[in-house]
Amino acid sequence: MTDVQAAPAPVAETDVPAVEMREISKAFDSNVVLAGVDFEVAQGEVHALAGGNGAGKSTLMKILQGVYSKDSGVIRINGREVEFSSIHDAKAAGIGMVFQEFSLVPSLTVAQNIYLTTEPLRNGIFIRDREAVDKAREVFQQMEVDIDPGARVGDLGTAYWQLTEIAKAMAQDARVLIMDEPTASLAKHEADQLFELVGRLKAGGISIVYISHRMEEVYRIADRITILRDGKNLLTERLTDVTPEKIVEGIVGQQIEGLAYQARDTSAEPEILLEADGLTAGSRVQNVSFTLHRGEIIGLAGLMGSGRTELARCLFGIDKLESGEIRMHGQRIDVSDPREAIKARLALIPEDRRAQGLVLEHSVRDNLLLPLLRKIERGLLIDDGKGKELADSLIQRFAVKVANPARPVRLLSGGNQQKVVIAKWLGTEPEVLIMDEPTAGVDIGTKTEILTMIRNLAEEGKAVIVISSEYAELLAVSDRVLILRDGAVQQELARQDIADEESLQHAVQGV
Amino acid sequence: MTQTTKPATEGGGAVAVERRSRFATLDWRRYVIYIGFVVIFIFFAILLGNQGFLSPNNLLNILRQTATITVIAVGMTYVISCAEIDLSVGSVAGLASVVTAMAVANWGVVAGVIVGLLVGVVVGSINGGLVAGLGIPSFLVTLGMLGIAFGLAQWITGSAPQPILSYAYNLAFGSGNLGPFPGLVVWMAIFVAVGAIVLSKTRFGRQVLATGGNRMAAEFTGINTKRIKFEVLLISGTVAAFAGMLYAGRLQSGRFQWGQGDELSAIAAVILGGTSLFGGSGTVIGTLFGALLIGLINNGLILAGLDASQQQVIRGVIIILAVALARKK
Repeated sequence: MTDVQAAPAPVAETDVPAVEMREISKAFDSNVVLAGVDFEVAQGEVHALAGGNGAGKSTLMKILQGVYSKDSGVIRINGREVEFSSIHDAKAAGIGMVFQEFSLVPSLTVAQNIYLTTEPLRNGIFIRDREAVDKAREVFQQMEVDIDPGARVGDLGTAYWQLTEIAKAMAQDARVLIMDEPTASLAKHEADQLFELVGRLKAGGISIVYISHRMEEVYRIADRITILRDGKNLLTERLTDVTPEKIVEGIVGQQIEGLAYQARDTSAEPEILLEADGLTAGSRVQNVSFTLHRGEIIGLAGLMGSGRTELARCLFGIDKLESGEIRMHGQRIDVSDPREAIKARLALIPEDRRAQGLVLEHSVRDNLLLPLLRKIERGLLIDDGKGKELADSLIQRFAVKVANPARPVRLLSGGNQQKVVIAKWLGTEPEVLIMDEPTAGVDIGTKTEILTMIRNLAEEGKAVIVISSEYAELLAVSDRVLILRDGAVQQELARQDIADEESLQHAVQGV
Repeated sequence: MTQTTKPATEGGGAVAVERRSRFATLDWRRYVIYIGFVVIFIFFAILLGNQGFLSPNNLLNILRQTATITVIAVGMTYVISCAEIDLSVGSVAGLASVVTAMAVANWGVVAGVIVGLLVGVVVGSINGGLVAGLGIPSFLVTLGMLGIAFGLAQWITGSAPQPILSYAYNLAFGSGNLGPFPGLVVWMAIFVAVGAIVLSKTRFGRQVLATGGNRMAAEFTGINTKRIKFEVLLISGTVAAFAGMLYAGRLQSGRFQWGQGDELSAIAAVILGGTSLFGGSGTVIGTLFGALLIGLINNGLILAGLDASQQQVIRGVIIILAVALARKK
């Protein structure tokens, strides 16, 4: 190994950093995304990477993975300067990625996925399946997790997908692991398992880049944090030397009040808008009843699999009700499909914006207008001028940051994509808005904007149902919280009866 | 994809720069079919100018020969934009041609037209019903239907051609002229115009594109994606039946072989025109030029004296080349 290490002494156990990125710059067209970023991960370090929407986190990581090529700057892996021209180069250098959108083939087994393209062969031709299974089992043993390598990935829960992803990277001898929001789809105990695993990997000398918006996690597992803002390195600090307020401020660029609960005046004679009465569908929705008043925000809390999402799907007519009824303004409504629900002035902001919320290849404008086509018709034809006006007004009203609404929505950042989904639905002027994980994978700045938006909607007299696995967020907006367990409403709590996140956590866990 | 909306005109340096560099790097790929059309046209014009390539008669001939494929391809554009496929169109055209011919002979022109279209409506409904209702892949349903329609057409006619003696029918459907324009070309223009407007300018068109682009998101948005899938297959079947009636009018007879293999030419025209094979984007005008390009190549190669086998090879090469050039990086 040629030692070409540069000046400033790294804060690390061994003196050569596992990853050293110096003065990395990258621009798309004329849009500068990274302007001379320094980033460094020591051997066996968990290094958190944070930053707002468009701060350049994902671009920096894509350069490290060989997906994008840098315009200028130097990358050194274990002190050796490297040029990645493809993902394969990065893999060969020991960079592994745990994808946010999992990169596994559901129809193959765990072992087949782990050794995809690196299958152990007999005579260079035939795959030695048994050896692959044995090797996979060994990897899992090292990781101290219990997964059957012969199981079909599609039959496993999301938590196992992630573990399989990690095992895949391990099997390819990754020394540096990039984890992007790894706990986004995990329940609390699953997340805890993951943190333990991260600890073990770290002890084994693996370096981890940990991208997360959740402060609590970052403090729990990371050694240092680097915050990017506007394509520049804002700070790199040991977590023992930095306060959460400072980090949040660094990400948002200003103090935020968004996450604090703001008591709203709900004293006026409340008008019942929506009533759910004994809703039952499958095993995930069991005899659920609740009422929702005009101007009210209800939070739905519960672990993964508690039926939160399924309840939302029933209310919006995607899943069929087996029994029970839904009333709007006291009138029974038939929500046998989403069209009926829309007619009854319900709207659902779905959980997975990429799969369920957006047509990614279509333009921002076309996506915004999709539920509103009736509004921009003149006779039989669509009036493009009117459409453009309506789309522009929505873009403005919801502060979507978009240079050209005629370009595909897939080019926007996650936060802005989410705003497009919300704007699209609010254009239909719904009375009841159901939002399933409205801030998942969104930076804190946008999160605050979305929470403010939710409060404003309630002020305007709409009723909102918010589903979220982030308790801080639920507590920030909800007037009441319904706690679901095994498909049934376990408890209904008024906001003022919940002291803090911890007590909500206890209520959800049922302890 | 095809932008169904015009680019934004609002100011802002970043936006302008962004757009300019996009033209420089990417945009020509979207127009490759038009560029290819012009280039090949000029190529033939120079090479074959003195062999009558540029004579009005020859140019009209190209249009005439392309007309029926274009009509079928207009319907196919909807199906492919919606991320489905219809392999039965060629045999539906053949079946419609014989049914129309028999109905004209027995019950007159009006009945013939109605019954002919009905063939398309029925076959399209069956295709659509099986795909949308039962969720069977359209590739399989329409592959089956290809055989059924072809077999039926052969069976009910005993493989014999069915002459159409009605002067009025033949005049209206393909043999006549409207002013200087062959009737076939007029029909083609009507189908292209209506098809283009409906796909890019109506709610239905947008819903077809959204369903093809991301069915789940479309469903969550309240679009009845089953109905849309049913409707595109219904359209494609009906339009194919109309194309069969044009065959019958032009050739003054119905025959089970009419339209045989047209499904592949139509798919080629649609894909050449820039419609995504995976759904979500589609352009009828592109399809027209895709079909014209194929017609142009056929005509040029014939004039150049190549025989049918050589034509096929060269046509195949050009299609692959065009699609490769249009491919996104």
